[in-house]
Amino acid sequence: MRIFGYRPPLTAWLGMAIVTAFILVAIFAPWLAPHSESESVSDTWADSTREFPLGTDNIGRDMLSRLIYGARMTIGIALITTLLSFLLGTSLGFVAAAGGKIVDQVLSRIVDVILSIPLLVWALIILSAFGSSISALILTVAALDSTRVFRLARAVAMNLVVTEFVEAARLRGEGLGWIMFREVLPNALPPLITEFGLRFCFNFLFVASLSFLGLGVQPPYADWGGMVRENSGGINLGQIAALWPAMAISLMTIGVNLIVDWILSINARPSGASAEM
Amino acid sequence: MTGNILKLENLRVEAINGTVLVDNISLALRRGEVLGLIGESGAGKSTIGLASMVYARAGCKITGGKVVIEDASARDLTPQERRDLRGRKIAYIAQSAAASFNPAHRIIDQVTEMPIQHGLMKRAEARKWAVDLFRQLDLPNPASFGGRYPHQVSGGQLQRAMVAMAISCRPDILVFDEPTTALDVTTQIEVLALIKRLIREHNTAALYISHDLAVVAQVADRIMVLRGGKLIEEGATGQILRGPKDPYTTALVSERKAADRLSVDSAAPRGAEVLAIRNATGVYGKFVAVNDVTLSVSRGETVAVVGESGSGKSSLARLIVGLLPARSGTVSFAGGALPPALKQRSREQLRRIQLIYQQPDVALNPRQTIGDIIGRPVQFYFNRPAKEVRRRVAELLSQVGLPEDYAGRLSTALSGGQKQRVAIARALAAEPDLIICDEPTSALDQLVADDVLKLLKRLQDELSVAYLFITHDLGIVRRLAHRTAVMLRGQIVDEGPTAAIFAPPFHPYTQNLLMSVPEMRVDWLNNILTARAKLVAKA
Repeated sequence: MRIFGYRPPLTAWLGMAIVTAFILVAIFAPWLAPHSESESVSDTWADSTREFPLGTDNIGRDMLSRLIYGARMTIGIALITTLLSFLLGTSLGFVAAAGGKIVDQVLSRIVDVILSIPLLVWALIILSAFGSSISALILTVAALDSTRVFRLARAVAMNLVVTEFVEAARLRGEGLGWIMFREVLPNALPPLITEFGLRFCFNFLFVASLSFLGLGVQPPYADWGGMVRENSGGINLGQIAALWPAMAISLMTIGVNLIVDWILSINARPSGASAEM
Repeated sequence: MTGNILKLENLRVEAINGTVLVDNISLALRRGEVLGLIGESGAGKSTIGLASMVYARAGCKITGGKVVIEDASARDLTPQERRDLRGRKIAYIAQSAAASFNPAHRIIDQVTEMPIQHGLMKRAEARKWAVDLFRQLDLPNPASFGGRYPHQVSGGQLQRAMVAMAISCRPDILVFDEPTTALDVTTQIEVLALIKRLIREHNTAALYISHDLAVVAQVADRIMVLRGGKLIEEGATGQILRGPKDPYTTALVSERKAADRLSVDSAAPRGAEVLAIRNATGVYGKFVAVNDVTLSVSRGETVAVVGESGSGKSSLARLIVGLLPARSGTVSFAGGALPPALKQRSREQLRRIQLIYQQPDVALNPRQTIGDIIGRPVQFYFNRPAKEVRRRVAELLSQVGLPEDYAGRLSTALSGGQKQRVAIARALAAEPDLIICDEPTSALDQLVADDVLKLLKRLQDELSVAYLFITHDLGIVRRLAHRTAVMLRGQIVDEGPTAAIFAPPFHPYTQNLLMSVPEMRVDWLNNILTARAKLVAKA
């Protein structure tokens, strides 16, 4: 089978299967989950039974149901955040690369200032000031994350705006929009796609850290990162509850990266290579 | 010792996918002998050069035949024994010294690495030997030269440093892979003379790989002509030059000889003036790249700008198109003055001057189809509907001699010559009055370049477009240019009809340039060196 005219290898199929499965779970969560997301239905850290296949969590909620609902929150937030951060970071990065020295200096120094303080600290300040609703959470994480995307996009675009095909476009009299979207962007995609796969996973974890500090996804909503934190105390007591959400995170990460690897293998072919006569 | 020092028998090299790169090649090399390998890219020259060191590039494999070095079959050696062989018995000198040196290490450390690694010399001894080599190779300040980093020396010096590296273990066989191709003609002479002297003094055997027949003729005793991995013709150098037997060799020889003749009637009446540059000066910071240049180009005319690298030719082109705004002087086009900077020029002004670049690989966006690349100027300048753009693209493609169905391909699927045709079509799409050609053929093979030049000439006859032709290749100038301007250090030192420039009395710098272009005679290099020595003696 072919997708966009390319034949994906087995690993890419595996990645697509994992990601599709998680997305379906996220969409149909209310129909799939056997129990409620927020209701304590049993003892703390109950063992696996027919009713609770993965046991229960630190306050007796069904682990499987929370994993299913958590997929919604976690994947949804991470995806929206990463998309937003790429939109912001890439456009600003390109503007910095092509917009001249002053624009570049202003943007780059602002980013430097933001990066000079750990992002978690920034997030804490912003979220404590504005309250941690889900939209505030998404916007904050996206804005902070976009600083790293900015740096990458700027560096990649810097190398591209000096190429002769971009110069040819400038000589033709093309505007900034055409140069950015039609000349630079297609050539900048391979590194940006790789970074997307990575940042998507980092954003999961970042939201998880915020949840642990009480500023991320608020109870009673489930998110995988938060679930790991909630149940991590159980590890010392021999309870494996924290491993289930951790496994879900790893599986999703692996799935996303298998797909990214495949896209890269299509995209990263040496673009300057010419056919022999 | 009269026996063969290197022998290849029925050599066959294949790529992993089964393509045969070198097919059934046999050669023998005696001590003190130089064998020239000539052919276009893809002919298998470099592959043979590497195979004689029992080495194949990644993705290639020596699949048949024998490599005999000093009566020992080198293909039967263990990897360790082969490593001992390389560098010590046989050494390789690559085309681009700049790409072959590690920019992070000093030159002397790279030159002495081989004798130290092979255990032939101690460090101190190797350094002394390297300085001695630098002296033999006429490098400036031999004692301190090695302390520099590769980017701190000129291209010609770096190429000589690479020769020093190759002979640091006193090998018996040297493989030169286009050692002068990346150099200016005047520098090329020096490196060629040196290579020749070196081979004589050290009594080594050498394989000399080049695409330029005239260069090979200066150093080689015998020449092998290759094409598509197969031997086309082999013979003594004089015989190949004077009486080639194979049609392909004949084409190569006559093509190279055509470059030595004038073929444009420079007395033809000039049309209306298209471009006029008056006393233009362009600077990069404090560096004056273009100094008080006055030049004009007329309709249907080709004006060549020649000079060595760094002479300001390309800066002049950038000044005309507005990438390097002129600090003083004027550039006027078809009577009206052009604003100095690109951004102040109108779309119509931009349309009428187009530029063709040296490297078609980087001048075309690798992510756009040929149709998009050529169609964009049509859409941008003339705002035609999509259907008409497609029709015009097809028309332009056939005009530059490419099949119309190439419109759907990406440029990466094309060869260098085809890419340059696409770049020409893109320039034509704007229906310009002047096309600035910045060394459009110097990245191409000889015969491919010849086709591109013919195409440019035909297009000029058809469309009477004017060309400003920037090149370091005097052969092209002779064939294409009505008028010629010679540039040196940002200034035009000599200008006039091509026939007058190429006939006595010469401007001294023009003469030096002219003398430096290898000619199709076996004794050319020797003659030129004696002539130069006389000049020096007089002074």
